[in-house]
Formats: sequence, C-alpha cells, structure tokens
Amino acid sequence: MYVAVKGGEAAIANAHALLADRRRGDRSVPALRLDQIVEQLALGVDRVMSEGSLYDRELAALAIVQARGDMIEAIFLVRAYRTTLPRFGYTRAIDTGAMLVERRVSATYKDLPGGQLLGPTFDYTHRLLDPELAAGGEVAEPLQRASDADAMPRVSAILAREGLIEPDGDMPQDHIPGDITREPLEFPMARDIRLQALSRGDEGFLLALGYSTQRGYARNHPFVGEVRIGEVELELDVPELPFAVPLGSARVTECQMVNQFKGSTKAPPQFTRGYGLVFGQSERKAMAMALCDRALRATEFGEDVVAAAQDEEFVISHSDNVQATGFVEHLKLPHYVDFQAELDLVRRMRAEHDARENAGKAEEKREAAE
Amino acid sequence: MTAQPTDIATYNFAYLDEQTKRMIRRAILKGIAIPGYQVPFASREMPMPYGWGTGGVQVTASIIGPEDVLKVIDQGADDTTNAVSIRAFFKKVANVAVTTDTAKATIIQTRHRIPEHPLTAGQVLVYQVPIPEPLRFLEPRETETRKMHALEEYGLMHVKLYEDIARHGRIATTYAYPVKVEGRYVMDPSPTPKFDNPKMHRSPALQLFGAGREKRIYALPPFTDVVSLDFEDHPFEVQTFDQPCALCAAENVYLDEVILDDHGGHMFVCSDTDHCEKRREQGHRGHLAPETPPALEKREPAQ
Repeated sequence: MYVAVKGGEAAIANAHALLADRRRGDRSVPALRLDQIVEQLALGVDRVMSEGSLYDRELAALAIVQARGDMIEAIFLVRAYRTTLPRFGYTRAIDTGAMLVERRVSATYKDLPGGQLLGPTFDYTHRLLDPELAAGGEVAEPLQRASDADAMPRVSAILAREGLIEPDGDMPQDHIPGDITREPLEFPMARDIRLQALSRGDEGFLLALGYSTQRGYARNHPFVGEVRIGEVELELDVPELPFAVPLGSARVTECQMVNQFKGSTKAPPQFTRGYGLVFGQSERKAMAMALCDRALRATEFGEDVVAAAQDEEFVISHSDNVQATGFVEHLKLPHYVDFQAELDLVRRMRAEHDARENAGKAEEKREAAE
Repeated sequence: MTAQPTDIATYNFAYLDEQTKRMIRRAILKGIAIPGYQVPFASREMPMPYGWGTGGVQVTASIIGPEDVLKVIDQGADDTTNAVSIRAFFKKVANVAVTTDTAKATIIQTRHRIPEHPLTAGQVLVYQVPIPEPLRFLEPRETETRKMHALEEYGLMHVKLYEDIARHGRIATTYAYPVKVEGRYVMDPSPTPKFDNPKMHRSPALQLFGAGREKRIYALPPFTDVVSLDFEDHPFEVQTFDQPCALCAAENVYLDEVILDDHGGHMFVCSDTDHCEKRREQGHRGHLAPETPPALEKREPAQ
C-alpha cells in the first residue's frame, strides 16, 4: 500500500538541527570567536567582504563561521544581508593615489618614486608547513619604518607623462556611475558597470579566465604596472554641508596592468591598461580582474573577439558565484513533473523506434527467405 | 546555543525594504501593461539560493499584504521541501496565513505546475522561472534575443518546432512549451508540463512570472490570450495518461509516476496533492487507495 510521503517540515527542521550540531563540532573544543576569525583568517574575511560586496569584517567573520568555512556560502549570507540595507548615498570616488600604502610593487620599473614596498606578502615564502605554528609558538613583533608622509604616485601617472599609455579615460559629463546592486544588468554595458561586476566576481572564475588570456586565448601581453594595498579615505557629500564628510577608511587592493598594444584604426600604438580593484587584500583577485578587464575591452580597441575572456556577455553573466552556485545546485530540487513528461515522450518514441526495427528485421528475413 | 543573539544583523519586515518592493511593483505593472514582455528588474539577493525561486519570492514579497492567504506548491505538491521552505519563510518574515487549499488562497506561488482546481478572479498565481527567455536555447545572447522580440522575429522557434517534427514525427517539447501571448510576444510558460498550458489561456486569475537570477519579470493579466505554438497539420496536444490516479481515480489531471519496488512496479498518482486529497475526502477511491483513508486529518502547515 502506498502512502504519499509527508513530513517535509519536520525533516527540514531536523536537518538544520543536525547542520548546527556539525557546524559546532566537538563541544570539548572551544567555539571560534568572531575576533579570532577577523584577526587570524583575515584574507578569508577579505574575500567574503569583496565578493559579498559589504565592507564589514565582523559580519564577514560571522558568515564564515556560520557557513562552516564554505566561502561561497559565506559570501551568499553577506549578500543576502547587504541587499536589505537602506542606501544613504554614494561616496566620492576614492583616490588610490593618496592611499596609505602597506604594500606596493611594480614589475615595470626597478625603482620608482615611493619605492618598492613588499609589505605582508606570501611572495618569497618557502611553502613549507610550519610545525611551530601548530604548536602555537610566539610570533615576533615585525619591523616597520615610519610611513612616508608623501603619497606614492601611481605608475600609470608616471607613464602618462610620455603619452605612451592611454589616459585614465573620461566618462561623458552627464554620466552617472551605474550600480549593479540597484539596476538590472543590460548588455552591452559601460565599463564602470563591468568593473563593478568583475570586482564582486568569483575569484576562481576570474583567475581561470585571466590565466587563459596568458596562455594564448586573447593574449594581451600584460605587465604588472603596479599592485598596491593599503587604506583609502572614504568621503561622502552631504547636501546640507559645503564640504565632503569623512566616513572612515577602507583597505583595498588595486592592480594596474599595463598591456602592449600595437595600435589599430581606432587607437595609436601605446600601452593600454586593465584595471583591478577589490576590498581587502587580494592580489590574485585584483590581478585576475585586471586581465579580464583588459580582455573585455577588445572591441574598444578594434581587436577581434576570439576568446571567452573577451566576451562580455559570457564573462559577466557567469562571474557571480552566488548566482552560479544557486542555479547549479537547484538541480537537486525535485523535477519529477518535467521528468515524467520526458519519460512519457521517450517511452513513446522508443516504442515507435522498436516497432520500426522489428518491422525492418521481419522484412530482411522475408527477403532472405525469398 | 546558550548565548543571547546580538543585534549584529537585523532584517526588515517581509525581508525586502519598501523601496525595493516599489521597484518590483513598477516592474510588475509594466509587465501587466505589456503581456508576455520580459521586464528587466533589479533583482535582489534573497536568503534562498538563486534558482530556488528567488524571482517568485520577490514578486510574492512585493504584492503580499497582511490579509493575504498564501499557498506554495512545488511539482504540484504543498509538502515538497522547497515549497515547505518558502512557505515557512513567508510565515516567518510576513506572518501571513498559509493554506494548502487552492480555492482559499489569494496568492499561490508555484514551481512547475498550475493547480488542477480552476483559479478564480482575484487570485494571483506567481510562477518561479529559471530561464525566462523562450529563445535562449536557440540563441544564447541576450543582446540578440531582445532584438528578436522587438522585431517579432520568431522564425527560429518555428524552425525548431518544424525540425522536431521532421526528425521525431512530433514536437519533442514536453515542458516549457512556448506560447504566444495576445498575438505578440512568444513567452516561456516556465517549466510547467505542456499539460498546463491551456490553463493559462484566458485565466481569470492574474499570472505573474519572476526570474530572480535572470532579473526578469513578466505577466499575464486576467483573460489574456495564451496560445501554444503549433502547426495546422500538427496541432498542439497535451499529455494524456492511460490510467486514472491510483489514489483518487481522477482523470484528465497530471500524474506523477511513483516507483513501488525494484522490479518495475509503479503507480500513477495526482501531482496536485491538494486536489487528490480533496477528492478522496469526497469519497473518490482509486484502485490502490488504502481501505481506510490514513492521513486525511486536516493537515495545516506546522507553526
């Protein structure tokens, strides 16, 4: 006797209780505190802030622990929270030239005003697992020189003096910067919209696409003009006040990729640029973003669009990991109504096919007998 | 957890802020004004994943009021897990009355089915839509498909249907079967089986379609002409089943196949669970129905 399955509600509640238990794990191990995550898993927190599009370390840490360390799930939690927040306004454009720089390296010049500043980097570490860290050994205080009061000029500004690099570019006077969290995406899109989408795009996806451009799929000869990481001031124009109000500062990573360009009917021979900017410290993401940005500017420079990384609709439509994971994972949901319809069709077509086969075989036998 | 929750994160009533609801209502009104046209809207992240009904949830969240009665179905059933989850979401964030009774609901959110019980004026059917663009599998680019709609250039779709007939002897589309709305826009009815397409035609209920991930809303105002695409010599046909529902003996309804054992035993039962239960309450009995109806006590969703 068949009784239709009921009790979905109880099953869901029990599954979530089990999830909470597994998330907490062995109760004899102390529970993680948010400040521990903020301080000691800082780059994970940065990724969640960057792709979650919300600059709040504590919330990102909460999302990470709630998601059991699943980064895309954590990013999703943050996105679903930020989207409910009222919008007070838009800050002035940040000035990364005035950044309080903690790290800045250029691959195009041996030395340059402001110097090369390694900062807190994994570069040149030997990737040997550290048993002392496992033992909880003390960590020595770092050496830091007093910061220069002078701002570090951006490499793009240095090259621009010779006119050998394309300028920053201007938007029309009446151009209002888009906001991908408030307006539907439409193709083709302006570069400001595209950069926003890339900045919150999935690190792995952009990394793979950027990598593909290096391996010859839309190769554009990149040099890291500069990568810089540090704090920038945020300022908001308030209608009642004659000056911009400082809101605080945010830590960002900026990458200016300099790309060779032989010139075309649309532009003279010069260096072109790809741009990357993300919240927190993530050179990998900023560099991948800059490679993708340059690749996506192909039509602007009259280049042939021949590879995936140059295809705006392909890249931007598939760069958002929250969308991607949702749609891929929705295949878990019941589809038995549609499957039933397909099953019925395949059965009918199969029956017709088999009937034809049998008729054909009977015909062959008859002919052979004759 | 013994710790007191902190006020580190709080959510607005009914989840969406009022400005967002206004934006979505404007998109809905535009959709109603141009039946079958896909209106781009600034879809929000929702607390359930994209692809799991976020478009439908945003539409429902924007139109629901405290006096509404909500029904949520998935595959025709009220008790499939995602329907349970969405219903629980609205109970939690909007504190509305919920029901499984099609006739009592003012808003019905659905995935993949239209209820068997005829809808009436004043009811709203909200569809969850994964891919709103009926031409997407023929042309992957949005820039191209929008042009095709603008120019009413639907030849490609007819060619596809014709090729089906040439190759398979029939139109091999069984769900998400394309329809033409008011003689103008070709529309994706969402992945409902084509069995349900005729129910859309001149329905007295308002039908709203939300695609969250693809950021599109479209609509069929009451009594809109919705015609499934076909050819004179290959007219549109719905699925038929050889046997009635094994539990309630209903005919001319959509049935799910249920596997009974591991050597081919199966039965067909109503996909619309509410419809099936109502019929059994009225005394209809299928050939595999239990002697005494087991769990027919009024099953209201848990609090």
